[in-house]
Amino acid sequence: MNGVHDMGGMHGFGPVVPEQDEPPFHAAWERRAFALTLAMAMPGGWNLDMSRSARESLPPAEYLASSYYEIWIAALEKLMLERGLITPDEVAAGRVLHPAKKGARTLSPDDVANVLYRGAPTGREPSAPARFRIGDRVRTRNMHPATHTRLPRYVRGHVGEIELTHGCHVFADAHAAGRGEEPQWLYTVRFEGRELWGAGSDPRVSVSVDAWESYLEPA
Amino acid sequence: MSDHQHEHDYDHSELSETELRVRALESILTEKGYVDPAALDVLIETYEKKVGPRNGARVVARAWSNPQFKAWLMRDANAAIASVGYAGRQGEHMTVVENTPERHNMVVCTLCSCYPWPVLGLPPVWYKSAPYRSRAVVDPRGVLRDFGVALPAQTEIRVWDSTSEVRYLVLPMRPAGTEGWSEEQLAELVTRDSMIGTGLPKKSDEIAR
Repeated sequence: MNGVHDMGGMHGFGPVVPEQDEPPFHAAWERRAFALTLAMAMPGGWNLDMSRSARESLPPAEYLASSYYEIWIAALEKLMLERGLITPDEVAAGRVLHPAKKGARTLSPDDVANVLYRGAPTGREPSAPARFRIGDRVRTRNMHPATHTRLPRYVRGHVGEIELTHGCHVFADAHAAGRGEEPQWLYTVRFEGRELWGAGSDPRVSVSVDAWESYLEPA
Repeated sequence: MSDHQHEHDYDHSELSETELRVRALESILTEKGYVDPAALDVLIETYEKKVGPRNGARVVARAWSNPQFKAWLMRDANAAIASVGYAGRQGEHMTVVENTPERHNMVVCTLCSCYPWPVLGLPPVWYKSAPYRSRAVVDPRGVLRDFGVALPAQTEIRVWDSTSEVRYLVLPMRPAGTEGWSEEQLAELVTRDSMIGTGLPKKSDEIAR
């Protein structure tokens, strides 16, 4: 979706302000928000693409005004409400008013290390040969899906070169929408700064994105 | 002064509201049996105490010391990194990009906050912020200036936007004057930002040997 999360190339946000000796969390609630979000994926049954989709579909003004973990918590509530794991009256009351959804699996302390170590690899066996090779010129599609996509606006419709191939990967756009994995070939596509930003751009800058095959056409 | 005071108070009340909201949510989810608070504690401890940029620094130091390891790291980053002991969530598909005198690499995630957790830990606030996500791809030299880094004008800058599950780690250049240093000593020179590409490693005379 063409949301405010898709920030590449936007102006007006000011300088980057690094914090010296920054701690992993800045408040006790951030720790819990982080851990709740990770732990709820198991009983919730959603995938990471669905989480990202929930975060970026918050109302734009709310997204921009929220801190990072405030966005996480708002998206977590949304995912749980959609699946009936909690209900709006429980959120309002701040306590349990209805029985738990049956059959939900809980992450146990003993499982945490294994679950983190396994991660969620997205590489899949190819079912068809790759359409593009390293060095091929490609143009990204001028597409504007209202749903989750990982093709940022600033590269759409531009010509770049295949720099790396990564094999087949779970297709984020389909996975976020609950359509299953629909694996596709994944490439790193490099664009010259001037192709993306015009003649005034630094000629010694280039930018790449990782792009699934259906984002691309031959150029 | 009054503006600043006001902003401060506002932040404080927002924080309290969020704190109450998260606390209520945790108690609801615990009572419903969806989460075990002890598992939350383990998750937090993992990323607060165990996983962080010292992991990546050890990988970089080994690559600086051992050409065979470096070749392996560039060819099959996951296997090479796993041999140092790091793997898993948000590092399932690693690619290492090497800085040279001609080319400087910088990593961003313009769409959210993708970051190689097993080697760098959780991302800093600036990495997830609108200023970095918006400017890294259009004005990387300006972003480097925000970090106090000035590269020669002829140095090519290569920005990697992390739009898939591939995670990028920058292999910075080994600082001069470090011949004969041990891996442990070299790791002390490797900063988090030098592995994102918004910084450079410390110089050899910046640390006590």
